[in-house]
Order: sequence, then structure tokens, then C-alpha cells
Amino acid sequence: MIKKVSSHINQNELLLFEASSPGKRGYQLPDLDVPAVDPEKVLGDLNVREEIEDFPEVSEVEAIRHFTRLSTWNYAIDLGLYPLGSCTMKYNPRVNELVARTEGLAWAHPYQPESLSQGCMEVVAVLEHALAEITGMDSVTLQPAAGAHGEFTGILMMRALLESRGNPRKKILVPDSAHGTNPATAMMVGYTVQNVKSNERGMVDVEALAGYITEDVAGMMITNPNTVGVFEENIRKICGMLHEKGALVYMDGANMNALVGVTRPGDFGIDVMHLNLHKTFSTPHGGGGPGSGAVAVVKEMAPFLPGPRLKRVGDAWSWNYDLPQSIGRVRSFYGNFGVLVRALAYIMAHGGNGLRQATLDALMNANYIRALLEPYYEIAYKANSMHECVFSDDRQAKKGVRTGDIAKRLIDYGFHPYTVSFPLIVRGALMIEPTETESKRELDLFVDAMISIAHEVEENPELVTKAPHSTRIKRVDETRAARNPILRWKPKSTASEAAD
Amino acid sequence: MLDAIGLKNQDELVSYLPEDVIFRKKLDIPDGKSEYDIVDYFRARGDQNGPGYASFLGAGVYRHYRPVLVDTVVSRGEFLTSYTPYQAEIAQGTLTSIFEFQTMVCQLTGMDVANASMYDGSSAVPEAAMMAVRIKQRDHVLVSRTVHPEYREVLSTYAKHQGMPIDTFAYDARGRVDMDDLKSKLNDGVAAVILQSPNFFGIVEQVSEIASLVHSHGALLVVAFTEAVALGLLEPPRDADIVVGELQSFAITPCYGGPHAGIIATRDRFVRQIPGRLVGETVDKDGQRAFCLTLATREQHIRREKATSNICTNQALIALMATVFMTVYGKQGLRELAEQNLSKAHYLAGQLLVRFESPFFNEFVAQTNGRKPAQIEADLLEQKIVGGLALGRFYPELEGCVLLCATEMSKRADMDRVIAAFHKH
Amino acid sequence: MSYPENLKYTKEHEWLLVEGDMGTIGITDHAQEELGDIVFVDLPKVGGKTSKGLSFGSVESVKAVSDLYAPVSGEVLEVNGLLATSPEQLNTDPHGAAWLIKVRMDSPAEASDLLSAADYQKYLGE
Repeated sequence: MIKKVSSHINQNELLLFEASSPGKRGYQLPDLDVPAVDPEKVLGDLNVREEIEDFPEVSEVEAIRHFTRLSTWNYAIDLGLYPLGSCTMKYNPRVNELVARTEGLAWAHPYQPESLSQGCMEVVAVLEHALAEITGMDSVTLQPAAGAHGEFTGILMMRALLESRGNPRKKILVPDSAHGTNPATAMMVGYTVQNVKSNERGMVDVEALAGYITEDVAGMMITNPNTVGVFEENIRKICGMLHEKGALVYMDGANMNALVGVTRPGDFGIDVMHLNLHKTFSTPHGGGGPGSGAVAVVKEMAPFLPGPRLKRVGDAWSWNYDLPQSIGRVRSFYGNFGVLVRALAYIMAHGGNGLRQATLDALMNANYIRALLEPYYEIAYKANSMHECVFSDDRQAKKGVRTGDIAKRLIDYGFHPYTVSFPLIVRGALMIEPTETESKRELDLFVDAMISIAHEVEENPELVTKAPHSTRIKRVDETRAARNPILRWKPKSTASEAAD
Repeated sequence: MLDAIGLKNQDELVSYLPEDVIFRKKLDIPDGKSEYDIVDYFRARGDQNGPGYASFLGAGVYRHYRPVLVDTVVSRGEFLTSYTPYQAEIAQGTLTSIFEFQTMVCQLTGMDVANASMYDGSSAVPEAAMMAVRIKQRDHVLVSRTVHPEYREVLSTYAKHQGMPIDTFAYDARGRVDMDDLKSKLNDGVAAVILQSPNFFGIVEQVSEIASLVHSHGALLVVAFTEAVALGLLEPPRDADIVVGELQSFAITPCYGGPHAGIIATRDRFVRQIPGRLVGETVDKDGQRAFCLTLATREQHIRREKATSNICTNQALIALMATVFMTVYGKQGLRELAEQNLSKAHYLAGQLLVRFESPFFNEFVAQTNGRKPAQIEADLLEQKIVGGLALGRFYPELEGCVLLCATEMSKRADMDRVIAAFHKH
Repeated sequence: MSYPENLKYTKEHEWLLVEGDMGTIGITDHAQEELGDIVFVDLPKVGGKTSKGLSFGSVESVKAVSDLYAPVSGEVLEVNGLLATSPEQLNTDPHGAAWLIKVRMDSPAEASDLLSAADYQKYLGE
């Protein structure tokens, strides 16, 4: 039975361009307090455009209704559990939104004098310090804009450190369970990628790994806990094996929500890692960004951090640009500062003990789901789960129902699906990460839904393979979208001309 | 819940971890604080930054008025707390708004196709360069010295290990691309020429002329912009092959440099080389119009080490701010806004010594006429005004010059104070 | 679908039709089945070269990309233009209308180690 949702008014809405009428407007500019200049005169007539063809023209009330109606077509954490494995969809505290809009912070210009930037610089300094403590590393940069950007920064530093030792080497080892960003990043830093197989417990196969570690290996990119939600029990040994051969270890911190306060990467041998502040530290995902990919490093790597770096001069903060060994900038200014404010607010609200408690709650929630669903779904690996659990669709596939179908059917039950078909090493993966912010009641509703779907698979598989049934649009034809890409709106006449 | 799992207490959730990795100490982070304390802390940090100052800083980050509707929309939990729209059936809100965003970016820039946004303007530049290298199968990239200096630094960082040599070309006495220098550096190995318009000095470049020159050498032209409001009035770079830029001007607060939202747009024929997420139109199985992420095979999660980029996250919520901004201002409003910026900047420039004689939009380079920029800055700070950016930091040859920006938020009275500070003896 | 006797097959699921020193290359029914709905085919230009065992292009479905491996070395004489506009033909007629490229083979002898239809089907069964 579907308990969480029932039907609800859901309005149709045109695209802005279709709803526009010539001359409509939703703005009023202030009076101009200086003489108006003639654009064609000061810019030259060739430099002045006629108009922005087909740009929207709607009133203010039409604008707000447009976006409000669109918003009702979305699922969101604010509506319920969002168990996307690897994405850490936790509640986004609203106080963080408020403080990020503090006037003196939100309107601070990156080039305003340092004497007028001390508040921002203090936020950066305090957050760098807190993240170093949480990771057990020595220094942190907050410049990277997202996780993959952090990976890029980290591997650049890895390369710089090895170059300073005389040889950048050639290869990066990447487990076959890794996120796609890992191999893509290694390539961008001029390395080739060597995939490393996982063992039957979903962990790095230490014996096989030993064979791969040659003098050509610059380092390894490892996710811990890995993408099947399992702690790499040999992590210390793995780091030791690489270090012994002069190679370094990068940790993808996507799953740091399983570790905060419980164990620290710096203490188990990691040299460089990134954190996704939009996962572990609760900054909102916003439909796909902005994120922040802070990178933490050990002492030996600190000289290579991107600049500028904060330094204390007297009793004030100052930006230091004199960094001869730095890899250089990875983006303009100092990073996604607004995201940093939110992450620091989250850390302050929790405190050291609260952060550890959040980790334990996240682990408990994941293991609770695992315990209740194991009778119905095949767990991919028997090893202990941390913050997420990964099942395969083995049992359901026998009835012709795949993980993607179960995911779509979950939508009818009022839940966002789990992560589908990832990691690649599990055939038909269902990757479930509830996070700590879900109540038992919400988890029970989810478990009921999953069990109910398991029964449907047995009794009426078509109900599942044809899902979703209750959404405003039915299954989307992704093949058509890819075969004949329509990536922007065009007025009818031009659109049909183009087709001719 | 622990009963269901078969554990006695929460510590058992981690007791199986190897002894030598468990963190036994307490994190050295102060105890949890109340909401009130947190608000108070950040208010105090904000107050340290001197809110309420007038500012004439631009240089890639601009102060424009933010219509109230922007925060109303992006504060809706359905936009704020959703993820990347992989499940199209329950993400049509985000997908539709991104499709509108892509369309508006095309309309603004004169390109055929735009992606769902980039991290920011600076990182969009190397992504464009890498894209050009893939398309042309050549490796050299030329970049104008009038491209934002920090954007050029980011380009160098990205290029370092990709076998993509970067060379710069000069600006002329009028602060625009030095055509002779560009000509001397163009050859058959050049994949892309990158310029910015309006450039870092606020000057409108001669994009069409440069495009002809670049194309005659078989290279691609990449045009960057940092001040999106200019596109409300300026002829878009229709002759470019790739356009990249920063939409911070569209209702995104300066926020000490981020998060902002970058764009990348190009011609239809290059669509398979564009990095990042794309939303496309399709139908559902009942034939209704629907949107979904598409052409994902370019991306890292499928192509892994062969992907067009490692980019994953975009700036969806920030792009939504820009989308709402463009909707509220619309066709006529964006033009009028641009005209106000033009008038304000020309009022300010009209009474100062302007270094370069070329058409400019809302920024220009002023000479200080004997006074040191630092003295002017100090005078103005006393009057709660942040003056412009002293250029010596990025262009040693322009020591003594200041980059000033005026927008619709600049008041005449404050501009008069700036003028007075420049003319003081 | 049956596997025509007159074609030779690779373990990477391409087929080759030999006519004198001309070779026509395509992907097998099994390959299209595994990929699902094909949405895009990336092929070399006429005049380009193929090298036996190396990638000469790729086929894409919505969520996967597969490299195409050349069964023989040679010079590309013709590219199937149909696939640019109708990649779905690869799903419906992989052994016929949806051939990929025609090459002038450097050495027809290179084809000798390719699988027969029977051997290929046996390989698929393993």
C-alpha cells in the first residue's frame, strides 16, 4: 500500500518564451541621476545589438507563478527521504541560508581592501582549521569549486610533489569501483589510468594491488569507505605499500559522512584528499550545484597548494601571493565563499561531539535499512556497511525487473529513487544512503515501500516495469532526446525551417 | 533500531574497524551552538567587512541590484534541496528551468547551444581551450593580455600537463587586441584564440575583425565575458566559435568571489565536444513534452578517462538565480539596465583622465594624474567608498592607473566624491 | 537473428565482408543488442586509416559508449552516411543496411584469423 503520497493539484505551465507577450515587463529601474548617453554614439552603431531575439517578456506575477509551478514538479529533501547513494542528501539547515545572506558577507567584493575583508578571511581561516582537524591533515585549501575540481587540484599537487622529488611518474591506480571523475581527473593531469580490481568482499585486492605498484606509479585514488559503502580494512597497509615505492595516496572524500569523528584519513596514511562540502557539511545541492571541493594535504604537500594563501600579519589576516612552488590558481578569487559560510555554520551547530554523533546516526540508519531489506533484496557484499548499503537486483531480474524499474516504482510510493546501476562492479546495483537526518518513521515508510515493491515484482512485475504511474509525466524517452538533440527553445517558424 | 540491526549500542557500528584507524580523541571543535549564536557570529563577521560602503570595484565581479523575486524562487525547497535531475519524472522543475537557461544563454550570446552552467567564468576558459584542442586536433592556444588576469592564471594551471602550450598577445595603445601582435603569433598549430569583450579594461573588442583573422588560420575564436549586463546592449559575439563567461551580474551577490555561475556556448556542430551537463527536450511515453539530461556519453560518469572533462557538479541553483533575473528584466529591461550602466560609467569617466580611447561599457581605466592610487583609496575609504582596482598589481606598465566600474547602483553623489578624490592635490 | 555465413567475425563483435581487397565492416547483432538503443555513431573520414585491433570509432547508446575495433588494416574508402541521420538502423539491420565503413585492405590475409559464423556463435555461447 502507498502510504506516503496521494494525488495533488499539479498545474501545467508553458515555457517562458511561449508565455511572453510583447511589451510585458516585471521591473522598474531607478530614475537615472546622470545624463543619458546615446549607446550608438559612444559604442559605435556596429557594436549595438538590435534586440535580444525572443527573450522573455512577462509580468512579475507571471514570473513567480512560472517558477513556483515548475518547483512543484520537483522532488526534494524538504519533501522526504532522498536516498541517493554517494550523494549524501541530508537536510539543509535554513539558518545556513540566512547567514550566507548576511550583508557584509554576501556583498563583499573579492578585491575590496583587506582591511575591509577581515570577516570573510576569518571565516576561511576558521573553516580551514576545522576541516584540517576533522581530516587529520595539515593544511586545507578552499579554492576548488566542486568535488571533481578538488580531485584535479589534489592530483596536480601530487604531481608537483613528485616532480620536486625528481620524477612525476606516469600512472595513477584507480579501483574499478571508483567514481568516473577519478580516471577523468588523472587524464587531465597527464597521467594514464590503471584500473585495479576489487575482491569478492568489494574491497581493493591487496595482493593484486602489489603487482601494480611499480616505479611508474605516481599514486592511487581511493574512495574510503568505497562506493559499496565498505571501509577498506587494509587502508593502512595499502597506503604503506604505495609509500614504500615512493607513490602517494589520494582519497576521494565523497563518503566522508561515514568517517567524521570516528576515524581520520590523515591518521591512516592519506596524503591528499578532497571533501564535498555540499555532501558531508550539508550545503544544499540546489538541483546540481554549487558545491565546494575543499582539499586537505599533509605537510609535505602544503607548499604546492593553490594560491593565494591566508597568513597572519600582526593581528590581521592577509592574502599571501608569494608562493613559488604553488600549482597556481584553479579558479578565480578564493573559492565558493558562500558555500564555505554554510559549511562552517553546520560545523558550529554540531560541535565536535555532534559531528561524531551525526556519523553514528548515519551509520545506524544505513544498517537499519540493510537489516530490514536483506530478506528481500540481494546484498552485493557481505562485509559490514557504513553509511550506505548496496544491493543488486539479482532476485528481481529473474522476473525481468531491473534496478531502474524498481527505482521508478519507488517514485509512485513518494520517494526519490536510490542511486541506480552504480557502482559498476555490482550488476544491477541499488545504492542506498539515507543519511543521519532521517527519522525512523521516514525510514520505515521507505522500507515498507521497498518490501511492497519486492512483492509486486513476484506478483505483477509489469506494474513495476511500467512505473511510474502517478507522476505528471510518464517514463521519458531518453533515446529520442539523444538521437535528435533539442537543446534550446526556438520559435515555431524557425524550428520548422530548421527541420526542412 | 539497534535491535533490528542486532547491536547493543551505537559504538558497535564502528567497533569492527581496524584498531589502528579508530580516532580515540575528541575532535578539537567547540561544542554545538544555538541558532542565535550562529547568526550573531556571522553578523559580527559581516560587520568586520564594512557593509554599507559604496563601491566602484568591478574587474570580474559587479554590484547590480537583485530583484526580490530571485531569492523568493531559489529559497523554495523544491529547487534548493533537490539533486542533479537524473530522475526526470520527478525533476521536471529543474530540467525545465535549465532548458530555459540554456535557451536564454543562446539568445544572449548569439550561439546555438549552451550547457547547464560551469563552475565560474575562470574555469570555463580552460574548458573552452581544451574543447578547441579536441575539435581542431592542434595544441597551441593564444590568449589576449586583456583577458581577466586571474582567468589567464587558471588557464595556465589547467594547461600545464595537457600538452597545450599557452602564449599571450599584447594590447595596443587603445587598450584593445594588438592585431599585429596577434597576426605574428597565429600559425597552423593554433587551435584557439581567446579574447574577452568587454575586456578587462571595460573596452569593447573588434570581435568580427579578429574572427576573420583567426578563421583565416583555421583556428577557433573563443570570446569570454565577465560583465553579462553588457550583452543587453552590445552586439553578441556571433562570429565566435565558443563563448564563455560569467553570469555573476545577473542577481548573484559578489559573495567574496563565489559561488558564481559560468557559461559555455557554441555552435551546433561542436555540441559533442561541449563539457558538462546538457538538458534536452523529448516526450514521455504518452507523448507529452518532457525534458531530460542528454548526450551524457560525453561525461565522466560514462566515458571515465576518455570524457570531455572531469566536470560533474554545475552551478544549478546559481544558474536559476540568473534565469529568474533574466525573466524579471526580460527583453526590454535588460537593455534599459545596460543603458543605465553605460550612462553612469560615462558620467564618471567624463570627468576623469581616461587612459584608453576606445568604446567602453561600464568600466574604464582612469589615470591618477600624479596622486598614488593608494592615497585616493585611503581618501575614499574615509568617506565609506571603495574606489576602483589599482592596476599595477596585474599590469606593472599600468602602475598609477585605476580600473573603475559604475553600475545602476552607483549614485551620482558618490561618483562626484570619487572625481574629487582623483582631482585633489 | 542469424549470423550470415559469408561474414567473418571478431571477439569484439565486429563483422567483416571480404570482396577482393575490399572489406566492409559492421557490428554484430549481439553488439547492438548489448548496447540497446543506439543514438550516435562516430566514424572516421574517407581517406583515414584503420589498424587491425585498434579503435576506429565508437557507437553510443543513451548511457554507454563502445569503441569499434578494426578487424583489418586499410584505407577508408566509404562511410555509411545513413548512420549520421538514422543511427537506429544499427538496431534494426546491423548485418545489412547499417554497415559502418568500407576499406581497401592492406593485406587480405589479415582476415584469416577472424571467426566463422559458427565459431562466433559458439564464442557467444561460452
